[in-house]
Amino acid sequence: MDAVFKGKKISGILSILPETESYFDDEVENYDFPPKQTMRLKKIMGFNKHRLAREDSTASAFCIAGLKYLLENGRISKGEIGAIIVVTLSPDYFLPQISNIIHGECCLGKEVLCMDIPQGCCGYLLGLFQSFMLLEHMKDKKVLLFNADVLSHKVSRQDRNDFPLIGDVSTISIIENNEDVGVIRFRLFADGFRRKALMIPAGGFAIPCTAETAKIEALEDGNKRSLDNLHMDGTEVFNFVQNEVPPMLDAMFSDCNLKKEEIDYFLFHQPNKFMLQKLADKAEIPSEKCFMNIVENYGNPSGASIPVNIALNLKDKFLNNKYLCCLAAFGSGLTWGTVIMELGNMEFCEEIETNL
Amino acid sequence: MEEIYAILKEVRPEYDFKGSEDYVEDGFLDSFDIITIVSMLEEKYHIQIDGLDIIPDNFCTAAAIIGLLKKNGVII
Repeated sequence: MDAVFKGKKISGILSILPETESYFDDEVENYDFPPKQTMRLKKIMGFNKHRLAREDSTASAFCIAGLKYLLENGRISKGEIGAIIVVTLSPDYFLPQISNIIHGECCLGKEVLCMDIPQGCCGYLLGLFQSFMLLEHMKDKKVLLFNADVLSHKVSRQDRNDFPLIGDVSTISIIENNEDVGVIRFRLFADGFRRKALMIPAGGFAIPCTAETAKIEALEDGNKRSLDNLHMDGTEVFNFVQNEVPPMLDAMFSDCNLKKEEIDYFLFHQPNKFMLQKLADKAEIPSEKCFMNIVENYGNPSGASIPVNIALNLKDKFLNNKYLCCLAAFGSGLTWGTVIMELGNMEFCEEIETNL
Repeated sequence: MEEIYAILKEVRPEYDFKGSEDYVEDGFLDSFDIITIVSMLEEKYHIQIDGLDIIPDNFCTAAAIIGLLKKNGVII
Protein backbone atom coordinates (compact mmCIF):
# COMPACT_ATOMS: atom_id res chain seq x y z
CA MET A 1 0.00 0.00 0.00
CA ASP A 2 1.24 3.47 -0.86
CA ALA A 3 0.09 6.63 0.90
CA VAL A 4 1.05 10.28 1.01
CA PHE A 5 0.44 12.66 3.91
CA LYS A 6 1.23 16.31 4.42
CA GLY A 7 1.65 18.51 7.47
CA LYS A 8 2.11 15.82 10.13
CA LYS A 9 4.85 16.13 12.70
CA ILE A 10 6.42 13.98 15.37
CA SER A 11 6.89 16.68 17.98
CA GLY A 12 8.29 14.61 20.82
CA ILE A 13 9.65 11.19 21.69
CA LEU A 14 10.04 9.65 25.12
CA SER A 15 11.85 6.35 25.58
CA ILE A 16 10.99 4.46 28.79
CA LEU A 17 13.67 2.01 29.89
CA PRO A 18 13.41 -0.64 32.60
CA GLU A 19 16.36 -0.32 34.96
CA THR A 20 17.39 -3.99 34.73
CA GLU A 21 20.25 -4.68 32.37
CA SER A 22 21.23 -8.27 31.65
CA TYR A 23 24.64 -9.01 30.14
CA PHE A 24 25.21 -11.60 27.43
CA ASP A 25 28.39 -12.79 29.15
CA ASP A 26 26.34 -13.72 32.21
CA GLU A 27 23.74 -15.61 30.17
CA VAL A 28 26.09 -17.85 28.20
CA GLU A 29 25.88 -20.63 30.77
CA ASN A 30 22.07 -20.78 30.39
CA TYR A 31 22.39 -22.15 26.88
CA ASP A 32 23.08 -25.74 25.85
CA PHE A 33 25.88 -24.73 23.52
CA PRO A 34 29.64 -24.71 24.10
CA PRO A 35 30.44 -21.27 25.61
CA LYS A 36 33.13 -20.61 22.98
CA GLN A 37 30.60 -21.14 20.20
CA THR A 38 28.05 -18.88 21.88
CA MET A 39 30.60 -16.16 22.60
CA ARG A 40 31.48 -15.92 18.90
CA LEU A 41 28.00 -14.53 18.38
CA LYS A 42 28.66 -11.63 20.72
CA LYS A 43 30.67 -9.67 18.17
CA ILE A 44 28.85 -10.92 15.08
CA MET A 45 25.33 -10.21 16.30
CA GLY A 46 26.15 -7.25 18.52
CA PHE A 47 25.09 -9.00 21.72
CA ASN A 48 26.24 -7.12 24.78
CA LYS A 49 23.48 -6.21 27.19
CA HIS A 50 19.73 -5.90 27.00
CA ARG A 51 17.01 -4.29 29.06
CA LEU A 52 14.53 -6.58 30.75
CA ALA A 53 11.25 -5.68 32.41
CA ARG A 54 10.58 -7.11 35.85
CA GLU A 55 8.58 -10.32 35.69
CA ASP A 56 5.56 -8.57 37.22
CA SER A 57 5.73 -5.52 34.92
CA THR A 58 3.21 -5.05 32.15
CA ALA A 59 3.32 -3.03 28.96
CA SER A 60 0.58 -0.79 30.34
CA ALA A 61 2.73 0.04 33.37
CA PHE A 62 5.47 1.42 31.08
CA CYS A 63 2.91 3.44 29.13
CA ILE A 64 1.34 4.90 32.26
CA ALA A 65 4.72 5.74 33.81
CA GLY A 66 5.74 7.47 30.59
CA LEU A 67 2.53 9.44 30.19
CA LYS A 68 2.58 10.53 33.83
CA TYR A 69 6.14 11.77 33.29
CA LEU A 70 5.04 13.76 30.24
CA LEU A 71 2.07 15.26 32.06
CA GLU A 72 3.98 16.07 35.24
CA ASN A 73 6.84 17.67 33.32
CA GLY A 74 4.67 19.79 31.08
CA ARG A 75 5.52 17.99 27.83
CA ILE A 76 1.80 17.70 27.10
CA SER A 77 -1.46 18.57 28.84
CA LYS A 78 -4.50 16.34 29.03
CA GLY A 79 -6.56 18.81 27.04
CA GLU A 80 -4.24 18.47 24.04
CA ILE A 81 -4.73 14.72 23.72
CA GLY A 82 -7.18 13.63 21.04
CA ALA A 83 -6.32 9.95 20.74
CA ILE A 84 -4.07 7.29 22.21
CA ILE A 85 -2.85 4.47 20.05
CA VAL A 86 -0.99 1.55 21.59
CA VAL A 87 0.96 -0.75 19.32
CA THR A 88 1.79 -3.91 21.22
CA LEU A 89 2.11 -7.67 21.13
CA SER A 90 2.02 -7.78 24.93
CA PRO A 91 -1.57 -7.06 25.96
CA ASP A 92 -2.28 -7.04 29.69
CA TYR A 93 -5.55 -8.86 28.98
CA PHE A 94 -7.67 -9.92 26.01
CA LEU A 95 -10.02 -7.25 27.34
CA PRO A 96 -9.72 -4.38 28.09
CA GLN A 97 -7.15 -2.94 25.71
CA ILE A 98 -4.01 -1.24 27.02
CA SER A 99 -5.17 2.09 25.58
CA ASN A 100 -8.27 1.87 27.80
CA ILE A 101 -6.13 1.04 30.83
CA ILE A 102 -3.94 4.09 30.17
CA HIS A 103 -7.05 6.19 29.63
CA GLY A 104 -8.48 5.20 33.01
CA GLU A 105 -5.27 5.33 35.03
CA CYS A 106 -4.35 8.76 33.67
CA CYS A 107 -7.90 10.11 33.98
CA LEU A 108 -8.19 11.27 30.36
CA GLY A 109 -11.31 12.89 28.95
CA LYS A 110 -14.17 10.85 27.51
CA GLU A 111 -13.64 12.39 24.08
CA VAL A 112 -10.17 10.80 23.78
CA LEU A 113 -10.15 7.93 21.28
CA CYS A 114 -8.49 4.68 22.43
CA MET A 115 -7.10 2.12 20.03
CA ASP A 116 -4.73 -0.85 20.28
CA ILE A 117 -2.95 -2.26 17.26
CA PRO A 118 -1.37 -5.71 17.55
CA GLN A 119 1.83 -5.36 15.55
CA GLY A 120 5.46 -6.31 16.05
CA CYS A 121 8.62 -4.96 14.48
CA CYS A 122 6.79 -2.88 11.87
CA GLY A 123 4.64 -1.36 14.61
CA TYR A 124 6.09 2.14 14.49
CA LEU A 125 5.27 2.57 10.82
CA LEU A 126 1.77 1.16 11.26
CA GLY A 127 1.27 3.35 14.31
CA LEU A 128 2.41 6.46 12.45
CA PHE A 129 0.16 5.58 9.54
CA GLN A 130 -2.87 5.29 11.82
CA SER A 131 -1.91 8.44 13.72
CA PHE A 132 -1.61 10.48 10.54
CA MET A 133 -5.03 9.28 9.36
CA LEU A 134 -6.61 10.23 12.69
CA LEU A 135 -4.98 13.66 12.60
CA GLU A 136 -6.88 14.39 9.39
CA HIS A 137 -9.91 14.67 11.69
CA MET A 138 -8.40 16.22 14.80
CA LYS A 139 -7.32 19.78 14.00
CA ASP A 140 -5.35 20.97 17.05
CA LYS A 141 -5.55 17.80 19.11
CA LYS A 142 -2.57 15.46 19.28
CA VAL A 143 -2.14 11.71 19.01
CA LEU A 144 -0.10 9.84 21.58
CA LEU A 145 1.48 6.83 19.91
CA PHE A 146 2.68 4.21 22.39
CA ASN A 147 4.94 1.39 21.25
CA ALA A 148 5.11 -0.88 24.24
CA ASP A 149 6.10 -4.50 24.77
CA VAL A 150 7.43 -6.80 27.46
CA LEU A 151 8.27 -9.61 25.08
CA SER A 152 11.11 -10.91 27.25
CA HIS A 153 8.32 -12.51 29.28
CA LYS A 154 7.54 -14.63 26.25
CA VAL A 155 11.05 -15.81 25.41
CA SER A 156 12.71 -18.85 26.95
CA ARG A 157 15.88 -17.94 28.83
CA GLN A 158 17.37 -21.18 27.55
CA ASP A 159 16.85 -20.19 23.93
CA ARG A 160 20.12 -18.83 22.61
CA ASN A 161 18.60 -17.95 19.24
CA ASP A 162 15.93 -15.66 20.67
CA PHE A 163 16.60 -14.53 24.25
CA PRO A 164 19.81 -12.48 23.74
CA LEU A 165 18.03 -10.48 21.03
CA ILE A 166 15.01 -9.36 22.99
CA GLY A 167 14.85 -6.07 24.84
CA ASP A 168 12.00 -4.38 26.68
CA VAL A 169 11.83 -0.68 25.94
CA SER A 170 8.64 1.31 25.39
CA THR A 171 8.19 4.69 23.75
CA ILE A 172 5.65 7.47 23.47
CA SER A 173 5.63 9.67 20.38
CA ILE A 174 3.55 12.82 20.23
CA ILE A 175 2.17 13.40 16.77
CA GLU A 176 0.37 16.49 15.60
CA ASN A 177 -0.68 18.55 12.61
CA ASN A 178 1.93 21.09 11.54
CA GLU A 179 1.74 22.89 8.22
CA ASP A 180 5.49 23.43 8.12
CA VAL A 181 6.14 19.76 7.48
CA GLY A 182 6.26 18.66 3.87
CA VAL A 183 5.23 15.50 2.08
CA ILE A 184 5.44 12.18 3.91
CA ARG A 185 5.50 9.05 1.78
CA PHE A 186 4.55 5.60 3.04
CA ARG A 187 4.96 2.21 1.44
CA LEU A 188 3.73 -0.84 3.36
CA PHE A 189 3.68 -4.54 2.48
CA ALA A 190 2.50 -7.81 3.99
CA ASP A 191 2.95 -11.50 3.24
CA GLY A 192 0.78 -13.69 5.43
CA PHE A 193 1.98 -16.79 3.61
CA ARG A 194 5.21 -16.55 5.60
CA ARG A 195 3.47 -15.62 8.89
CA LYS A 196 4.90 -18.56 10.85
CA ALA A 197 8.46 -17.24 10.57
CA LEU A 198 7.81 -15.24 13.75
CA MET A 199 5.36 -16.80 16.11
CA ILE A 200 4.17 -17.36 19.65
CA PRO A 201 2.17 -20.54 19.00
CA ALA A 202 0.14 -20.77 22.23
CA GLY A 203 -1.86 -18.22 24.16
CA GLY A 204 -4.64 -17.29 21.79
CA PHE A 205 -7.91 -19.08 21.12
CA ALA A 206 -6.33 -21.45 18.57
CA ILE A 207 -3.99 -22.99 21.16
CA PRO A 208 -4.81 -21.75 24.67
CA CYS A 209 -2.05 -21.80 27.27
CA THR A 210 -2.05 -25.00 29.30
CA ALA A 211 0.41 -26.89 31.47
CA GLU A 212 1.26 -28.82 28.30
CA THR A 213 2.05 -25.73 26.21
CA ALA A 214 4.22 -24.38 29.05
CA LYS A 215 6.50 -27.42 29.01
CA ILE A 216 10.03 -26.46 27.99
CA GLU A 217 11.35 -28.92 25.44
CA ALA A 218 14.84 -29.53 24.11
CA LEU A 219 14.71 -28.94 20.38
CA GLU A 220 16.78 -30.26 17.50
CA ASP A 221 18.47 -26.89 17.08
CA GLY A 222 19.95 -27.16 20.59
CA ASN A 223 17.63 -24.58 22.16
CA LYS A 224 14.95 -25.10 24.78
CA ARG A 225 11.57 -23.46 24.55
CA SER A 226 7.85 -24.13 24.93
CA LEU A 227 4.82 -23.42 22.78
CA ASP A 228 4.16 -20.42 25.02
CA ASN A 229 7.44 -18.88 23.89
CA LEU A 230 8.25 -16.60 21.01
CA HIS A 231 10.30 -18.12 18.24
CA MET A 232 11.87 -16.65 15.17
CA ASP A 233 12.93 -18.74 12.18
CA GLY A 234 16.23 -16.94 11.72
CA THR A 235 16.95 -18.19 8.21
CA GLU A 236 13.48 -17.32 6.92
CA VAL A 237 13.52 -13.84 8.47
CA PHE A 238 17.05 -13.07 7.31
CA ASN A 239 16.27 -14.08 3.73
CA PHE A 240 13.00 -12.16 3.83
CA VAL A 241 14.77 -8.97 4.87
CA GLN A 242 17.57 -9.31 2.31
CA ASN A 243 15.13 -10.07 -0.49
CA GLU A 244 12.35 -7.60 0.21
CA VAL A 245 13.82 -4.50 1.86
CA PRO A 246 16.54 -3.34 -0.60
CA PRO A 247 14.23 -3.46 -3.66
CA MET A 248 11.51 -1.71 -1.65
CA LEU A 249 13.93 1.10 -0.83
CA ASP A 250 15.16 1.34 -4.42
CA ALA A 251 11.61 1.58 -5.75
CA MET A 252 10.66 4.17 -3.14
CA PHE A 253 13.63 6.37 -3.98
CA SER A 254 13.03 6.02 -7.68
CA ASP A 255 9.34 6.92 -7.35
CA CYS A 256 10.17 9.94 -5.16
CA ASN A 257 12.93 11.11 -7.51
CA LEU A 258 15.26 11.05 -4.55
CA LYS A 259 18.84 9.89 -4.26
CA LYS A 260 19.96 7.99 -1.20
CA GLU A 261 22.68 10.59 -0.72
CA GLU A 262 19.95 13.15 -0.01
CA ILE A 263 18.85 11.24 3.08
CA ASP A 264 20.42 12.41 6.34
CA TYR A 265 19.54 9.35 8.39
CA PHE A 266 18.30 5.84 7.68
CA LEU A 267 16.36 4.85 10.78
CA PHE A 268 15.79 1.14 10.54
CA HIS A 269 14.26 -1.45 12.80
CA GLN A 270 17.01 -3.08 14.87
CA PRO A 271 16.92 -6.89 14.65
CA ASN A 272 20.66 -7.53 15.12
CA LYS A 273 23.94 -6.04 13.94
CA PHE A 274 24.71 -8.75 11.37
CA MET A 275 21.36 -8.48 9.60
CA LEU A 276 21.50 -4.68 9.62
CA GLN A 277 25.03 -4.56 8.23
CA LYS A 278 24.13 -6.97 5.43
CA LEU A 279 21.02 -4.93 4.71
CA ALA A 280 22.99 -1.68 4.62
CA ASP A 281 25.59 -3.27 2.31
CA LYS A 282 22.93 -4.61 -0.04
CA ALA A 283 20.98 -1.34 -0.07
CA GLU A 284 24.21 0.64 -0.51
CA ILE A 285 23.61 2.76 2.58
CA PRO A 286 26.63 4.26 4.33
CA SER A 287 27.05 2.88 7.85
CA GLU A 288 27.51 6.36 9.34
CA LYS A 289 23.95 7.24 8.35
CA CYS A 290 22.45 4.02 9.72
CA PHE A 291 22.77 3.33 13.43
CA MET A 292 23.13 -0.33 14.38
CA ASN A 293 23.68 -0.07 18.11
CA ILE A 294 20.28 -0.71 19.67
CA VAL A 295 20.67 -4.47 20.14
CA GLU A 296 24.04 -4.05 21.89
CA ASN A 297 22.63 -1.45 24.29
CA TYR A 298 19.01 -2.43 24.84
CA GLY A 299 18.16 -5.53 22.79
CA ASN A 300 15.61 -5.54 19.99
CA PRO A 301 12.61 -3.60 21.34
CA SER A 302 10.20 -4.76 18.61
CA GLY A 303 7.92 -1.96 17.37
CA ALA A 304 9.63 0.66 19.54
CA SER A 305 13.00 0.23 17.82
CA ILE A 306 12.82 3.32 15.58
CA PRO A 307 11.89 5.86 18.29
CA VAL A 308 14.32 4.12 20.68
CA ASN A 309 17.01 4.58 18.02
CA ILE A 310 16.16 8.28 17.71
CA ALA A 311 16.11 8.85 21.48
CA LEU A 312 19.46 7.11 21.97
CA ASN A 313 21.40 8.42 18.98
CA LEU A 314 19.83 11.68 17.84
CA LYS A 315 18.13 13.28 20.83
CA ASP A 316 20.22 16.45 20.72
CA LYS A 317 20.26 16.87 16.95
CA PHE A 318 16.52 16.35 16.60
CA LEU A 319 15.72 19.20 18.97
CA ASN A 320 17.11 22.06 16.91
CA ASN A 321 17.35 20.93 13.30
CA LYS A 322 15.35 19.17 10.64
CA TYR A 323 16.62 16.12 8.79
CA LEU A 324 15.30 14.12 5.87
CA CYS A 325 14.96 10.56 7.11
CA CYS A 326 14.17 7.19 5.66
CA LEU A 327 12.47 4.89 8.14
CA ALA A 328 12.18 1.18 7.44
CA ALA A 329 10.88 -1.73 9.46
CA PHE A 330 10.31 -5.42 8.87
CA GLY A 331 9.12 -8.31 10.95
CA SER A 332 6.19 -10.38 12.13
CA GLY A 333 3.31 -10.85 9.79
CA LEU A 334 5.41 -10.82 7.72
CA THR A 335 5.13 -7.07 7.37
CA TRP A 336 7.56 -4.51 6.02
CA GLY A 337 7.52 -0.92 4.97
CA THR A 338 9.30 2.36 4.59
CA VAL A 339 8.55 6.02 5.20
CA ILE A 340 10.38 9.07 3.95
CA MET A 341 9.77 12.15 6.04
CA GLU A 342 11.39 15.12 7.69
CA LEU A 343 12.13 14.67 11.38
CA GLY A 344 13.45 17.18 13.87
CA ASN A 345 12.70 20.47 15.58
CA MET A 346 11.12 18.37 18.31
CA GLU A 347 9.94 19.87 21.56
CA PHE A 348 11.56 17.02 23.48
CA CYS A 349 13.41 13.80 22.78
CA GLU A 350 14.55 11.96 25.84
CA GLU A 351 15.02 8.73 27.73
CA ILE A 352 13.87 7.93 31.24
CA GLU A 353 14.56 4.88 33.38
CA THR A 354 11.94 3.22 35.57
CA ASN A 355 12.03 0.48 38.18
CA LEU A 356 9.44 -1.52 36.21
CA MET B 1 38.61 -28.35 0.90
CA GLU B 2 40.49 -29.03 4.16
CA GLU B 3 40.40 -25.32 5.02
CA ILE B 4 36.61 -25.44 4.85
CA TYR B 5 36.42 -28.57 6.96
CA ALA B 6 38.64 -26.87 9.53
CA ILE B 7 36.23 -23.92 9.74
CA LEU B 8 33.23 -26.24 10.00
CA LYS B 9 34.95 -28.24 12.72
CA GLU B 10 35.70 -25.06 14.63
CA VAL B 11 32.07 -23.98 14.50
CA ARG B 12 30.55 -27.36 15.38
CA PRO B 13 33.33 -29.67 16.63
CA GLU B 14 30.84 -32.37 17.62
CA TYR B 15 29.89 -33.30 14.05
CA ASP B 16 31.58 -35.40 11.34
CA PHE B 17 31.09 -33.10 8.37
CA LYS B 18 32.88 -35.46 5.98
CA GLY B 19 30.19 -38.05 6.64
CA SER B 20 27.25 -35.76 5.77
CA GLU B 21 25.78 -34.97 2.38
CA ASP B 22 23.73 -32.02 3.64
CA TYR B 23 24.81 -30.22 6.81
CA VAL B 24 21.62 -28.22 7.11
CA GLU B 25 19.29 -31.14 6.42
CA ASP B 26 21.22 -33.29 8.90
CA GLY B 27 20.91 -30.62 11.58
CA PHE B 28 24.66 -29.94 11.78
CA LEU B 29 24.26 -26.23 11.04
CA ASP B 30 21.54 -23.81 12.11
CA SER B 31 21.06 -20.19 11.08
CA PHE B 32 23.43 -18.90 13.76
CA ASP B 33 26.12 -21.37 12.66
CA ILE B 34 25.76 -20.15 9.09
CA ILE B 35 26.14 -16.55 10.23
CA THR B 36 29.23 -17.56 12.20
CA ILE B 37 30.70 -19.29 9.13
CA VAL B 38 29.97 -16.23 6.99
CA SER B 39 31.79 -14.06 9.47
CA MET B 40 34.79 -16.42 9.57
CA LEU B 41 34.97 -16.70 5.77
CA GLU B 42 34.78 -12.92 5.38
CA GLU B 43 37.59 -12.43 7.86
CA LYS B 44 39.80 -15.22 6.51
CA TYR B 45 39.43 -14.42 2.81
CA HIS B 46 38.86 -10.64 3.07
CA ILE B 47 35.56 -10.75 1.20
CA GLN B 48 32.03 -9.43 1.71
CA ILE B 49 29.40 -12.08 1.11
CA ASP B 50 26.18 -10.73 -0.34
CA GLY B 51 23.20 -11.06 1.99
CA LEU B 52 21.21 -12.77 -0.77
CA ASP B 53 23.82 -15.55 -0.86
CA ILE B 54 23.40 -16.36 2.82
CA ILE B 55 21.00 -19.19 2.20
CA PRO B 56 21.16 -22.83 3.34
CA ASP B 57 21.93 -24.09 -0.20
CA ASN B 58 25.28 -22.29 -0.11
CA PHE B 59 26.30 -23.90 3.17
CA CYS B 60 24.93 -27.44 2.88
CA THR B 61 28.26 -28.99 1.80
CA ALA B 62 31.93 -28.03 1.73
CA ALA B 63 31.69 -27.96 -2.07
CA ALA B 64 28.80 -25.47 -1.88
CA ILE B 65 30.84 -23.24 0.43
CA ILE B 66 33.77 -23.41 -1.98
CA GLY B 67 31.40 -22.46 -4.80
CA LEU B 68 30.35 -19.41 -2.79
CA LEU B 69 33.97 -18.46 -2.18
CA LYS B 70 34.76 -18.77 -5.88
CA LYS B 71 31.80 -16.54 -6.66
CA ASN B 72 33.46 -13.97 -4.40
CA GLY B 73 36.75 -14.23 -6.27
CA VAL B 74 38.56 -16.52 -3.84
CA ILE B 75 40.98 -18.91 -5.48
CA ILE B 76 40.77 -22.12 -3.54
